[in-house]
Amino acid sequence: MSGAAAERATDRAGARRKPELVCPAGSLRALTLAIDAGADAVYMGLKDATNARNFAGLNFDLATTREGIRYAQSRGRKVLMALNTFVDARDATPWLRAVDAAADLGIDALICADLAVLAYAARAHPQLRLHLSVQASATNYEAIEFYRSRYGIQRAVLPRVLTLSQVAHLARNTRAEIEVFGFGSLCVMVEGRCHLSSYATGQSPNNAGACSPAPHVRWIEQPKRGSGAVDARLNGILINRYAADEPRAYPTLCKGRFEVEGEIGYAIEEPTSLNTLPILPELIEAGVAAIKIEGRQRSPIYVEQVTRAWRQAIDAAWAQPARFSPTPAQTAALGRLSEGQQHTLGAYNRPWK
Amino acid sequence: MPSFSLAVGPVLTYWSRRALTAFYADVAESPADTVCLGEIVCSRRHEMKLDDWLALARDLKAAGKDVVLGAQALIESEAELRALRRIVDLGEFLVEANDAAALNLLAGRARFVVGPHVNVYSRLALDELAALGACRWVPPVELSVDAIGVINAAPFAPDGTDRRVQTEVFAFGRLPLAISARCFTARHYGLNRDECQFRCLDHPDGITLSTQEGEPFLALNGLQTQSARVQCLLGWRDAIAAAGITRLRLSPTARDFLPVIDSFHRVFNLGADAGAELAALQALALPGALADGYARGGAGHAWQAA
Repeated sequence: MSGAAAERATDRAGARRKPELVCPAGSLRALTLAIDAGADAVYMGLKDATNARNFAGLNFDLATTREGIRYAQSRGRKVLMALNTFVDARDATPWLRAVDAAADLGIDALICADLAVLAYAARAHPQLRLHLSVQASATNYEAIEFYRSRYGIQRAVLPRVLTLSQVAHLARNTRAEIEVFGFGSLCVMVEGRCHLSSYATGQSPNNAGACSPAPHVRWIEQPKRGSGAVDARLNGILINRYAADEPRAYPTLCKGRFEVEGEIGYAIEEPTSLNTLPILPELIEAGVAAIKIEGRQRSPIYVEQVTRAWRQAIDAAWAQPARFSPTPAQTAALGRLSEGQQHTLGAYNRPWK
Repeated sequence: MPSFSLAVGPVLTYWSRRALTAFYADVAESPADTVCLGEIVCSRRHEMKLDDWLALARDLKAAGKDVVLGAQALIESEAELRALRRIVDLGEFLVEANDAAALNLLAGRARFVVGPHVNVYSRLALDELAALGACRWVPPVELSVDAIGVINAAPFAPDGTDRRVQTEVFAFGRLPLAISARCFTARHYGLNRDECQFRCLDHPDGITLSTQEGEPFLALNGLQTQSARVQCLLGWRDAIAAAGITRLRLSPTARDFLPVIDSFHRVFNLGADAGAELAALQALALPGALADGYARGGAGHAWQAA
């Protein structure tokens, strides 16, 4: 066995550990509620296109970032900054200044995807902890090793497309910590590799920090189909049609109803959301270091309730993995929070494989 | 007048071995000077084994083409990593990296091409890969021609280092927009991915997905989602030259692809009038209407013809 392989075998990250609970904060209020409800870390972004939830009325300026870091760190918790869009070819300044600001403020880690940002952070602030964003699309250990060996990333967030056994295999073969999505909206495409939104609107998660951006959404009443019937359009493109009595969902492109060979339906993805609570002991056994809750765009109350449910679940699954199963109360609470959407294990169990 | 390299991109859809053999025999006779070969989308597709691709690559090389081997875009399994290592270890042909695993295996070992599935949006990012051996890059499809021009504007670093990287823009074909672990073609037919019956073979340009108003929007190609429209930068010669782009990637369509190569050759290398060539191109049996919105930094589906 070569030196590097021996080191990998003994120093691997795939050992069983209690996963950190990483919760979303779109505002200082969400951050403090998540910390109070038991988050080990919260992740946040600045009020601009440097992060993948660049929505109006959301996110942090430097003052609220400073306040959030103080609140979390004084309670022994962490704040992670998402700086996970791709630098604009014309002006890298907002991204590089954000790296400097995060380092100055004492952020616990930066979550980045762009080689430009990773390289700058690693060289200008070598002490700054780096996490590889899901937007970097690392789906195997060789990809993670590319970023680890060159930029020193200490953790990688995996796209929501891998099976549980693939997650476990990956964790056994990398020295980086592994973070997986546990709950919230589900991207069916590999994150960082989806241009559907820019094809329709010009703006995408990579180039603008937004998917199916709200300013391009139009709800158009269709009284001929009945009172309450609407069409949902994205930059003029018909994404979905709702009958008068149908529940409506935000017209995220991949969750629209389209026609394929004469059949109309959810041709890409049903409007479901991810809930991995039922396989929590397996995720722990696989050696994941952190479980991420999606939803910086969600309300502070939502974040608080999801955080509380997951705090209890992780504590229970860690203490007695063999006896763990989600309580009916947890399942019901999380179901309510998903606005009646169906829950799925997503790719982790791949019923469609 | 500058001349442009014409590169035939990998066949992103799934064609029979017979169709591929006939196609590349035609390409060998075409004005294209570069051919990128290999299966990019799905490791279940097996009409061509690696040895078949290599035999084809050697034939095309003997016909005078520059050959590039394209690596798979989404790599999840150990078997897919093994296949990638085989391509890299060959050392016989230039390899096009389409994810960071390929970058990791190629870095510092060989010159390589940065494929369109690797996210390079800035000079800073491109410099990182150039330092590791990137000699050519295909920008992400959503990057505008202006942005590419900005990236190419300073070919020398402040310390004098030559950091020129050949730029090959996606100039023709249905745009590869997204990739998933889930197979949308199998899903459409009510099949599981592992028992897909290789239904992609029935759809050499993918399956068109339309809005409920009947407007073609996307195309299902197994794990990949493409545009229903066909990107076409035939009228963009001057802007492309001004942006420092020297190579055009033409992504194969199932019918009438050879006349497309000829049109690009006449406009970009022989001074033919783009308007007349565009009219001729629009009369071909292409899988969708034309689009060029990404080139101007807008919605990718838009069309103005430069």
